[in-house]
Amino acid sequence: MFQGYLPTILGGAALTLQLALLSLLFALVAGLAGASAKLSKSAPLRWVATIYTTVVRGVPDLVMMLLVFYGGQMLVNAVTEHFDAGYFDLNPMVAGVFTIGFIFGAYFAETFRGAFLAVPSGQLEAGAAYGMTRWQVFRRILFPQMLRHALPGLGNNWLVLLKSTAIVSMIGLSDMTWLADQAGRTTRQPFLFYLLVCALYLTMTTASSWLLGWLERRYSVGVRTAEL
Amino acid sequence: MDIGVITGSIDQYLRGLWLTVHLVALSCAIGLTAAVPLAVARISRNPLVSGPVAAYTWFFRGTPMLVQLLLIYYGLGQFPWMQAQWEAGHPLWLLFREPYFCALLAFALNTGAYTTEIIAGSIRNVPHGEIEAAKAVGMSRPVMLRRILLPSALRRAIPAYSNEVILMLQGSSIASAVTLMDLTGAARNVYSKHFAPFEAFVFAGLIYMVLTFALVGLFQLAERRWLAHLRSKPIAKAAH
Repeated sequence: MFQGYLPTILGGAALTLQLALLSLLFALVAGLAGASAKLSKSAPLRWVATIYTTVVRGVPDLVMMLLVFYGGQMLVNAVTEHFDAGYFDLNPMVAGVFTIGFIFGAYFAETFRGAFLAVPSGQLEAGAAYGMTRWQVFRRILFPQMLRHALPGLGNNWLVLLKSTAIVSMIGLSDMTWLADQAGRTTRQPFLFYLLVCALYLTMTTASSWLLGWLERRYSVGVRTAEL
Repeated sequence: MDIGVITGSIDQYLRGLWLTVHLVALSCAIGLTAAVPLAVARISRNPLVSGPVAAYTWFFRGTPMLVQLLLIYYGLGQFPWMQAQWEAGHPLWLLFREPYFCALLAFALNTGAYTTEIIAGSIRNVPHGEIEAAKAVGMSRPVMLRRILLPSALRRAIPAYSNEVILMLQGSSIASAVTLMDLTGAARNVYSKHFAPFEAFVFAGLIYMVLTFALVGLFQLAERRWLAHLRSKPIAKAAH
């Protein structure tokens, strides 16, 4: 039915998943940094973080990606020319991971900020009273409990992130959407191949939802809920 | 930065802006209109009614809008039946060759799915006291839906819906994938003409930001108007 293109598309699906996971990693780091900056005592740091989250929310991901990909290439060219180095091609994968990670870092920053604030301050004070250092309090008390509060927000953003990987095909990354486009043209069966991509995305998003539900239940062990 | 690149192509940007604005406004209007009855069907206890709606929202919320758009615009031409309709010049089916119509359809179907789930969630969260009160005064289910559930649920859905409209504005930037000259399409055009990525995309990004803030402001006004009863009253004024 797929005229031998199935393994190609599945390879593209693996690339999509890889892109999503790398972007997630980048976004988690950017999000933690952003949340710390937002909660910091330093006013300039708070300002930078606020500008970061505001700009990201106002600009479409595609526009930012085109800027990073084409603008980044121009910057790279300027640098390599200046140092007389050889031509360096900015790869769509790098541009994709950087842009998606940067965008979702801003959303994660908001999630983490709320989650940090949700941990009762009495627990942190208790940790300090036991003579723990600030790092120990963070690692043993703040971080594990923060994660429970952050999990629903992280999960929702992961599902959005996963779907936003499709636009990287527009800057030429041979992910599954791009490969489906090519296969659809060659075989004159574009509907079939796009539908296959839909099925693969649905598999990923549905599997993610199940996994997230399980994780949420696991991290909420011991939390009392009222029965209505 | 070369400002001349922007000022020289300002009319292109304005045309792109107009296309973006009415594409988003129209698809959100269609999506919202369809979402109200769909949400009522979604919360039905009859699986034959709620099932198809659940399948619709599952598909459109689980796949990227870009792929949905490509599926409609490039995909439908695969079917010989559709090609025959095009050759016969059938006006309805010819619409599926129009990038504008296909984008509108894909966007409306997508936002309709998200809005359905937003409103359905909002209906489920209507305080049970309101429902019991409606039952106690003897309202039938349709009357209760029209007088109590929907007015209450739609108001409470405003904050979540404002996020959805902003996401649609941002998401509409993929319209350029099907040759539409929306705001992003205009920026891509300016970029390839002048080879000036920073000017082209930063300016487009700024316009999107202004639009986003305008939407945020509008929805704040809407919340003040329709969610006034949920605001906590200032204590100082209440004392008088």
